[in-house]
Amino acid sequence: MEREQIKMDVVIVGAGPSGLAAAIRLRQLAQDQGRDDLSVCVLEKGPEVGAHILSGAVIDPRSLDELIPDWRDLAAPLKTPAVDDHFLLLREHGSLRLPIPRSLQNQGNYVGSLGHLCRWLGEQAEALGVDIYPGFAAAEVLYDEQGSVRGVATADTGLQPDGTPGPQHEPGVEIVAGRTLLAEGCRGSLSQQVIAAYDLDRDADPQTYGIGIKEVWEVGAEVHRPGTVVHTVGWPLDSRTYGGGFLYHFDERRVSVGFVIGLDYANPNLSPYQEMQRFKTHPEIRRHLEGGRRLSYGARALVEGGLQSCPKLEFPGGMLVGDAAGLLNVARIKGTHTAMKSGMLAADAVFAHWANTSDSATTGVDRALVDSWIWPELKRARNIRPAFARWGLWGGLAYAAADTYLLGGRAPWTLAQHADHEQMQKQSDARPIEYPPPDGEITFPLLSSVHLSNTNHDENQPCHLRLRDSDVPIQVNLADFGAPETRYCPAGVYEIVDGHGGPRLQINAANCVHCKTCDIKDPTQNIQWVVPQGGEGPIYSEM
Amino acid sequence: MKVLVGVKRVIDYNVNIRVKADGTGVETENVRMSTNPFDEIALEEAVRLKEAGICSELVAVTVGDEASQETLRGALAMGADRAIRVHAEMPPQPLNVAALLAAIAREEAVDLVLLGKQAIDDDANQTGQMTAALLGWPQGTFASELTIEDGRARVAREIDGGQQTVELELPAVVTADLRLNEPRFVKLPAMMKAKKRPIEERTPEALGIDMRPRVERVEVSEPVPREAGVRVADVDELLHKLRNEAGVI
Repeated sequence: MEREQIKMDVVIVGAGPSGLAAAIRLRQLAQDQGRDDLSVCVLEKGPEVGAHILSGAVIDPRSLDELIPDWRDLAAPLKTPAVDDHFLLLREHGSLRLPIPRSLQNQGNYVGSLGHLCRWLGEQAEALGVDIYPGFAAAEVLYDEQGSVRGVATADTGLQPDGTPGPQHEPGVEIVAGRTLLAEGCRGSLSQQVIAAYDLDRDADPQTYGIGIKEVWEVGAEVHRPGTVVHTVGWPLDSRTYGGGFLYHFDERRVSVGFVIGLDYANPNLSPYQEMQRFKTHPEIRRHLEGGRRLSYGARALVEGGLQSCPKLEFPGGMLVGDAAGLLNVARIKGTHTAMKSGMLAADAVFAHWANTSDSATTGVDRALVDSWIWPELKRARNIRPAFARWGLWGGLAYAAADTYLLGGRAPWTLAQHADHEQMQKQSDARPIEYPPPDGEITFPLLSSVHLSNTNHDENQPCHLRLRDSDVPIQVNLADFGAPETRYCPAGVYEIVDGHGGPRLQINAANCVHCKTCDIKDPTQNIQWVVPQGGEGPIYSEM
Repeated sequence: MKVLVGVKRVIDYNVNIRVKADGTGVETENVRMSTNPFDEIALEEAVRLKEAGICSELVAVTVGDEASQETLRGALAMGADRAIRVHAEMPPQPLNVAALLAAIAREEAVDLVLLGKQAIDDDANQTGQMTAALLGWPQGTFASELTIEDGRARVAREIDGGQQTVELELPAVVTADLRLNEPRFVKLPAMMKAKKRPIEERTPEALGIDMRPRVERVEVSEPVPREAGVRVADVDELLHKLRNEAGVI
């Protein structure tokens, strides 16, 4: 069946902070310069703006100040200034207050929900004339004869599990655009294809990632301290595994609690979900949650490679922005401000190119990135994450202190990043890990958590988690690594079940919360995450 | 033939419902809302009647606040010709909604009112029946099949223990059950066009309808949590537990 075609000046894939900032900036420029004819549309795979957004979040408002200077007067949902920072080293019994590193000092920042902020940014964008289409997933990159990206196509709907059209089948639609901005966030499925197609990362180190698992709680007024920010290192992780916990009090008696683990962890027996549950049982964390009720649950991979893993942003016909390009500052555990700024830089470059009907092939966005404040910020932070990978928690903390305070981030060296999927030990070499059972008050079984993500997928469609080789899950993953996908997936998607011909991998794709961890961590990169038909996946309301 | 379809904006069926801490209702702020699934089925049926050349004009109507416009945009994208929003504070009660629907049905001189059998937020299952009563029209509720012929509607109804078929003289009210059809996916170009279409606005005052609630809501509370099940080793243990712990045999 032939696909319909829609023409746009700019199409943006993903209504997160980078995509929406780009859309807003493009339309601001168009209105300011009397070029109201610039058409901008945003495709979002979630059922509404914000539904697939998950972040801590302590947000640096720097980019928001630049983009919408009067945001405070426009009821932006950043209402809780960060007022009280804590940095704790947790031990199995007890804890130690550490001095707060400069990168984790949050004066001037705001505690809140990035999902809320994105909903608000979506409203601002629509008021400026941006067309946002939630529920429509961009599933395919379109190329022209010269090999440039000419747009994207949305997913077909109503395909049957074998890929053939069912009775409700509707073919996807081609959005043909002058520029295509990929703002899919960490490990975007189209971004990965484009990075590979144009070798955008040829001068970069491998990207390295983390998985963040988060819950939002409603706590009693007597324990609620809006603006309190707690970060932890140490227990329950061993000192070789990079990660830490966070706990933020924001408005409406809400507390965000979560745990991030570097996906370069080695032990295949490790379960990020169980580590996160165990983390909450530490007295320093438990005391914030006791007597409260858990409202929501979710998980998302994040980029941690920093500057040395950053691919080129620009490709023929478009560019990557935000975490799709890997612009998170891992030392500060913040990426919203860099994501938004990169979207604004992209918008400036695209608008100038479009308004001047320039003939040059590139817009110069990579140059603009290096000249912006993003670059020195990421440059200062570049050695922190790889130092922890090399020297563990103690060496990493010592290195981070020396790099920050003695060298001011100006070390004459740059430590390289490694690929996460290559770091897994064989199960026979790994220490077994026993996790305590859930108590039903602070810790919960996995499936009751997944239920709180509100995720759903029509079962009657092709599986959106594709295996490149269907023998690998048993012959390699189970045999050598003890099927780590059954533990790293924070949504219980992967299960080994006993079939007639022996064990087989069952993929419960309906549970998927779109975190992308399997696409990253599978030891042989055998799992490919692609978008399901639009409007599915988790429905986060205040992540 | 002119068809009126009612669509209601409700909490999305995938979302866990949370009762407000003060017990006055359920949490709707920052909660994903979508079109009531039974209303989507009613709308799909009307669109099919249009495609079959039976329906000449399809009017979608909602009763709600400004955010309910989104529901009407969805209806326009699926195939409605016109969209009307009657302004109301959320959540309006079934009798008020029925009175408004009846007023619109008369004003628009429609031949068929197609509604969902109930909305998944309050599960009241009253609006369709009340609308028919207020109009003095015949009603075919819980429809799993609808045929229109010679000014009559033949409705197969889902009832306890089987199916009942009724024949109604038009104009009539029909409410859709789950098996009536499977709604189509909305297409992106249709959604793009729907965004630019006008939405007609009405007020209860102009329609002469009193919106005062007739039912007082005393309290909203969560259901008592069920105790977790236990796994038994064998039939003997099961029998023992049923006899001595559950006391059911």
